[in-house]
Amino acid sequence: MSAANAAGWRPTMGEAGDAGPRFTTASGDYALMLKEPLSFEIGRSDKFGVDLDEPATAPLAGLPLRKAAPDLPGLTEPETVRHYTRLSRQNYAIDLGPFPLGSCTMKHNPRLNEKVARLPGFADVHPLQPQQSVQGALGVINELAHWLIALTGMHGVAMTPKAGAHGELCGLLCIKAAIEAKGEDRRVILVPESAHGTNPATAAFAGFKVESIPANEAGRVDLEALKSRLGPDVAGIMITNPNTCGLFEPDIKAISDAVHAAGGYVYCDGANFNAIVGKVRPGDLGVDAMHINLHKTFSTPHGGGGPGSGPVVLSEALSPFGPLPFTARTADGVIHLVEEENAEEFDHRQAFGRMSAFHGQMGMFTRALTYILSHGADGLRQVAEDAVLNANYVLRSCEDLLHAPFGATGPCMHEALFSDQGFAQGFSTLDVAKGLIDEGFHPMTVYFPLVVHGAMLVEPTETESKAGLDRFIGSLRSLAERAREGDERLHSAPHFAPRRRLDETLAARKPVLVWKGEPGVPGTPSLSEIGGS
Amino acid sequence: MRYLPLTPDDRTAMLGVIGAASVDDLFVDVPESARLSGPIECLPHHASELAVERHMSRLAAKNLSAGSAPFFLGAGAYRHHVPASVDHLIQRGEFLTAYTPYQPEIAQGTLQVLFEFQTQVARLFGTDIANASMYDGSTACWEAILMAGRITRRGRAVLSGGLHPHYAQVVKTMAKFSGETIDMRLPELVAEADDDAVVAALGGETSCVVVQYPDILGRIPDLAKIAEAAHAKGALLIAVVTEPVALGLIEAPGNLGADIVVGEGQSLGVGLQFGGPYLGLFGCREKFVRQMPGRLCGQTVDAEGRRGFVLTLSTREQHIRREKATSNICTNSGLCALAFSIHMTLLGGEGLARLARINHARAQAMVARLTQVPDVSLLNATYFNEATLLLPSDAREAVRALADRGVLGGVSLGRLYPGEAGLANALLVTATETVSDEDIETFATELEGVLA
Repeated sequence: MSAANAAGWRPTMGEAGDAGPRFTTASGDYALMLKEPLSFEIGRSDKFGVDLDEPATAPLAGLPLRKAAPDLPGLTEPETVRHYTRLSRQNYAIDLGPFPLGSCTMKHNPRLNEKVARLPGFADVHPLQPQQSVQGALGVINELAHWLIALTGMHGVAMTPKAGAHGELCGLLCIKAAIEAKGEDRRVILVPESAHGTNPATAAFAGFKVESIPANEAGRVDLEALKSRLGPDVAGIMITNPNTCGLFEPDIKAISDAVHAAGGYVYCDGANFNAIVGKVRPGDLGVDAMHINLHKTFSTPHGGGGPGSGPVVLSEALSPFGPLPFTARTADGVIHLVEEENAEEFDHRQAFGRMSAFHGQMGMFTRALTYILSHGADGLRQVAEDAVLNANYVLRSCEDLLHAPFGATGPCMHEALFSDQGFAQGFSTLDVAKGLIDEGFHPMTVYFPLVVHGAMLVEPTETESKAGLDRFIGSLRSLAERAREGDERLHSAPHFAPRRRLDETLAARKPVLVWKGEPGVPGTPSLSEIGGS
Repeated sequence: MRYLPLTPDDRTAMLGVIGAASVDDLFVDVPESARLSGPIECLPHHASELAVERHMSRLAAKNLSAGSAPFFLGAGAYRHHVPASVDHLIQRGEFLTAYTPYQPEIAQGTLQVLFEFQTQVARLFGTDIANASMYDGSTACWEAILMAGRITRRGRAVLSGGLHPHYAQVVKTMAKFSGETIDMRLPELVAEADDDAVVAALGGETSCVVVQYPDILGRIPDLAKIAEAAHAKGALLIAVVTEPVALGLIEAPGNLGADIVVGEGQSLGVGLQFGGPYLGLFGCREKFVRQMPGRLCGQTVDAEGRRGFVLTLSTREQHIRREKATSNICTNSGLCALAFSIHMTLLGGEGLARLARINHARAQAMVARLTQVPDVSLLNATYFNEATLLLPSDAREAVRALADRGVLGGVSLGRLYPGEAGLANALLVTATETVSDEDIETFATELEGVLA
């Protein structure tokens, strides 16, 4: 720890000999680089940013009244705006630069979508209003459903799942219901070893036994290994296509045919749909269920970790088992919400049940539909083409310095995969990732997929310009050279971020999950000691 | 296309670097028979911002928004005034367009917010700890039941009849697949919550009792009594809070003996949005931390000893544990958690308590006036901002007729419990700080007209 940094937060250079601030300011802040204490350290529970008049009425008798107001800090509006604005500046975001997280599809979030979602007719309607008063909201769900079915070539869609993993669960519950309806006992779900962790977790959550299927040398599912495992106990396969190595599964039709012939179903993780939207329809590949992350392909904002939305498109075989509620338009033009009470009327008696309260992530539906209408069928096809073009451009611009494990097998889809092969002894993928932070970029996905040692998965998306990509490629090439040469400064990167590397082991060993200090109480560290003001 | 920065020249130059003749050469792995030769037919092509906004605005205009009518709905989604600064702050690009904070050095903004959020939720609920949020209240409720099963190693959950019926349906659906036994019941139209029925259902195999507070009919159960009975049988008490503003007035469930407290956080900072996205809240005793689902943010230090925050205890989670994870949840409700946290900061503890008193007072005024309507009576012995009225006829018909008269007059139990004739005449009505005296008067007048 450098003595110059005792005052707390600042973009220290840390290393002796590095350029950087040569003195400590009185405030501990450095021009535009501002630290911010916790709201609990600056607020008071008797302070507020909302003016409320005390009511004259006394509470009803018999209520279990609180003994004291909740111990929660309040701030006035100017203090609140400043607190959160200062915190926001410690975040990297897609609005600031490329965010090439593989399998996360961090693309630009159009602001029209935000504007539309805030129209009172969408933002200020209650989910249980009489249906005659929400025909426009039901219309949005219905119109988006129509697009998702058309873009995927599937038969139906369940709109209520709240995120990708929730969608996976929905698809697997449909499969389970279909198997039960046939009176069969199939308990095994096959999952390729390269799958995202949610796949096996979801299968287990849905009550299935998970078995792993190996990959071949080209990074694809080993078709023969799959075929030899199929049998009367296999419910289906969860496959990701394009897969987590950023590669299309060329045997997908053969895989689907084999699984179907053995009486199983094909679940496709649609996390990577951005690579193929408008170019190929999963329904033409034999898929029975696929979730679509609206927060990836259709650009609803990630919001620092949600909310997401994960509608699931379903084949004709699985559609009868989709969950409640859903929308249906009748010949008179009225859009109905089909729930427990009218499921029979709409010939949907086999629904497996309800996955969440209300009708799904409406705020994400309005944004996704706005995005889809803006692009249209032609624009969405261009999205996939540009996303794939950008990823291949990164792949071919870096593969002489960064080992690309599947680079020789042909083009990638929407993400370029590299490994740490060729780095100097002791240098790792993490060092390159943290070095990218110093270069002003968000790192790529690291150490995923697990099947590649020191994996680096770069997904530029279609909303990066060529000039922006060239800057990113320049930085990545420079870091690859430094990792190959063994530049020690990489080990201690990032040097210029609001924080240096954080001690994750300490966080897990002695979890501190809530703030327990009390300002001014002896024994509580002073604000200057913990980096506050 | 306004969102796609590559120019035709860029594309040509990039294909040259790649060594491909055309972009279609990049899709060679797609089976030829499945490749589409052009844009999917029968779908419209791209449209200008003006055209799209016009289309969406027309759809929005077909809805009767809550702010444009006297509005009295609740039942798990509540209309509160959200200060303007909340929506301004959550639209800052650094919050809106950031990802899950997997690179903590450049995500301290999101991480500190989550740490503050966890602390706020824990203090509001009276629990030791809280997580960084779940999808919504209903899925949080199911995850709590699974967690109670892991802790007690028992498989039978007792659900109060006062639990929101959608939550109960989610539990019933999920339990079909997980193998948990669910002992559930309908609400009865009586003045008090079903505390005695829940206690009577406790047995040696019971993992948990799930009690909504206040319950779906607005009644306030005696959590301390239920907690004591549950603990005596080795079971956990899961309290479900669908209206967190209530906790500004009535005691926090954790302070009454609840072991796990879950809830719907939509009331604070998050709009109605026709049902989502909402915000699942999840708090519990510290000793259960390693059985919790969902993301957790924890405090630590960086290489120079400065305080910082990281996602932690991920060995519970799917990306590490895969099929052995505590849950398959990956995405949470980050931006909704931010909105909740900002609104809570604007209120502070005293502000929340005052807001709760205003809500309670508005509900008292509403109940006093509506029960003057002939043949309308109040069911509840206690309530916070939501209560059940007994009408002389089918409440569902009344709600539809009220909507035709421009009044959004509550949620009928017929909508929530279709086919249950015994509940059909009950109407759930809610008044928050957004309800004016004039709204109440209009509601009463129109209700009288509808029932006449």
